[in-house]
Amino acid sequence: MMSIIVRTMTRLVTPAVLIFGLYVIMHGHVTVGGGFQGGAVFASAAALLLAAFGSERIREHLKLPDLTVISCVGALLFAGLAFGGLGKTFFYNFLVGSPLFGHVPEFGPTHEDIWTGGVIAPMNIGVALNVVAGLGAIMLLMALASRNKGDKE
Amino acid sequence: MARRVFTGATLVLVAMMLFAVALAMRPFGEPPSAMDDYIIQNTQEVTGANSAVAAVVFDWRGYDTLGEATVLFTAFTGVAMLLRRRKDESG
Repeated sequence: MMSIIVRTMTRLVTPAVLIFGLYVIMHGHVTVGGGFQGGAVFASAAALLLAAFGSERIREHLKLPDLTVISCVGALLFAGLAFGGLGKTFFYNFLVGSPLFGHVPEFGPTHEDIWTGGVIAPMNIGVALNVVAGLGAIMLLMALASRNKGDKE
Repeated sequence: MARRVFTGATLVLVAMMLFAVALAMRPFGEPPSAMDDYIIQNTQEVTGANSAVAAVVFDWRGYDTLGEATVLFTAFTGVAMLLRRRKDESG
């Protein structure tokens, strides 16, 4: 566990980092970014918490079985959406034109519309779940493995 | 000594290659292939996404992204397998 200055700043900064990561994930099909990038931003908040508060305290809130389930759900969502287009071909964008994320923008620079992109938007969310839980679990496991025996941190 | 000469020659060669690539670079916004023109012209109509990069990653080349997600998932599985807690260990 680090000093009270680091802990206080972590408490202040972490919500902003989480919100920015969520923004990058949700707007991946409209602006730059996407599931991988937003997921990495989201997971960096977990790295900050691990560095500031220590792995012993974080593991009480971030359970490894939960992270495993979230990562698997994300990967299955991504692969399942890819299989969803199998009527035409693997990875066919079958949601274009449907009520869910089916709006088609005009050509050229347009106003921001979140209900575009078809299958890309839910795929972003699936990949983000995979990345967030995967990176978070990797960091947590490494922090737990590298701590010293009997060390209070 | 021979090792130093080899290292220096390699560095000079790599630098010359980098300079050759930099000098042969096409002007900004004029890529040589027709495929990027096709993607720019058709991304919004076909995929409905405003971000052409996201459309390339998740739609045009979605199979590639499936592999990337699988790589990450495999890395997570490997780390979890290597660093798992053993039964006789309390911590």
